[in-house]
Amino acid sequence: MSNLWGDSLSGFWSTWIIVVTLGTIGLSAWFLLSNRHTDKTPDADGNVETTGHAADGIEEYDNALPKWWFQLFIGTVIFALGYLVLYPGLGNFQGILGWSQEGQWEQEVAQAEERFAPIFEQYQEIPIPELAKDKEAMQVAERIFLNNCAVCHGSNAKGGYGFPNLTDDDWLYGSEPDNIVTTLTNGRNGLMPSWQQLGEDNIENLTQFVLSMSAEDHDAARAEKGQSTFTSVCAACHSPDGTGNTALGAPNLTDNIWLYQKPGQAIPDSIRQTLRNGRNGHMPAQAAYIGEERVHLVAAYVYSLRYND
Amino acid sequence: MKHEIIEKNVGLLVVLILVVISFGGLAEVVPLFFQKQTNEPVEGLEPLSALELEGRDIYRREGCVGCHSQMIRPFRAETERYGHYSVAGEGVYEYNFLWGSKRTGPDLARVGERYSDDWHRAHLYNPRDVVPESIMPAYPWLFENTLDGEDTPAKMRTLKTLGVPYTDEQIENATAEVKGTQEITALIAYLQQLGTVLKGTR
Repeated sequence: MSNLWGDSLSGFWSTWIIVVTLGTIGLSAWFLLSNRHTDKTPDADGNVETTGHAADGIEEYDNALPKWWFQLFIGTVIFALGYLVLYPGLGNFQGILGWSQEGQWEQEVAQAEERFAPIFEQYQEIPIPELAKDKEAMQVAERIFLNNCAVCHGSNAKGGYGFPNLTDDDWLYGSEPDNIVTTLTNGRNGLMPSWQQLGEDNIENLTQFVLSMSAEDHDAARAEKGQSTFTSVCAACHSPDGTGNTALGAPNLTDNIWLYQKPGQAIPDSIRQTLRNGRNGHMPAQAAYIGEERVHLVAAYVYSLRYND
Repeated sequence: MKHEIIEKNVGLLVVLILVVISFGGLAEVVPLFFQKQTNEPVEGLEPLSALELEGRDIYRREGCVGCHSQMIRPFRAETERYGHYSVAGEGVYEYNFLWGSKRTGPDLARVGERYSDDWHRAHLYNPRDVVPESIMPAYPWLFENTLDGEDTPAKMRTLKTLGVPYTDEQIENATAEVKGTQEITALIAYLQQLGTVLKGTR
């Protein structure tokens, strides 16, 4: 990461910058000094020769700059030279303070690390179920959750269409602390294939069977037909009794929780849509964004949503 | 030199004005054209695919750059939120750059892979569906419009003349890759690759 600001300039361009910069300062200073005094001094009678410009009878004098103004200009020249000695500006010369944009950032990060790292380290030692009961830790964790997770899961963690509710009993990938940490660290990819090839009749049968598993209104005759298809096609992931498989993230179909029910959509319609088109659930990996220690803390927060009622 | 001389010789005045105006650029801008840091891509940087390129044009057309910057500055407050600060080598294939200068919405320089494709679809269809307090406009027409890809090869050829290393094969297949795709798909393809070459803040 250290060399991203790039290599130094070639000798030519370094010299170029030095010459242009110092040349500009030098020329400005010279021009300023060479015009310090007016050559139109008053004669013995006190009459002053003007520049000859006249407007409405008012003639323009050619006085030197007022002293304070002149000194202000000199001040800027001195400031510029001082700056160029202290900070990078003259080609490859880095300035005697050794300041760099990247160095300042690193310093800022190191300072924060020094201040906050002990807090996170301390939390890291505490097992998740216990940490989930620590009020202060959960306040910290909530902030991290709101900044990183709430965009999909909602600020109340109740999810939405296609984004799992984290406060209910339904866990696609398991509710153990380790499961939650794995989900946060590496992300998850859920894949429900499309079953269009089974034909509309079979899809309808399956829909009725799935409804029956959650004790929703259904067509019993069709559900019965759907059951055999379910056993041969769906049971491999959703398990024979339809309770799902957390190793695969295959949802439990018997708990009457419908991740992909659009607002206002009837349950049978959402099931049909899932069967026809399949679904792709994607939870992005968070480890690279928040780091291992914060993953631990957020995992405890997610754990607390369910278990600290 | 007396100021009188300059004031009474218009030609000299013009020359000196040009000198004064251009010297800042000559020292601060011109050397960058010849620097490795600004001309060499960071490791792993690839030109945008045909679909991503079309997505980029949609991003430009819809004026996303007006509210979203793509430039993470090297401050901790920014790198904590957005990820590694942006570097010049990430943008060597950018014509024109979309760094932006205003953040009504968040910076997008590293939004790639941060959210799922589904999230982006929901969000662009109606931002309020996923972020209730959002003030971002909705872009439902991106779901209706499809791309024909007719101009894609020409765009890629133009970029190639500017130094973006597209292969002839890529240009040849560009139309086929893009044709019939929803605009939303192209835009999401573009968004999902943003800033993914450099990773990690810690």
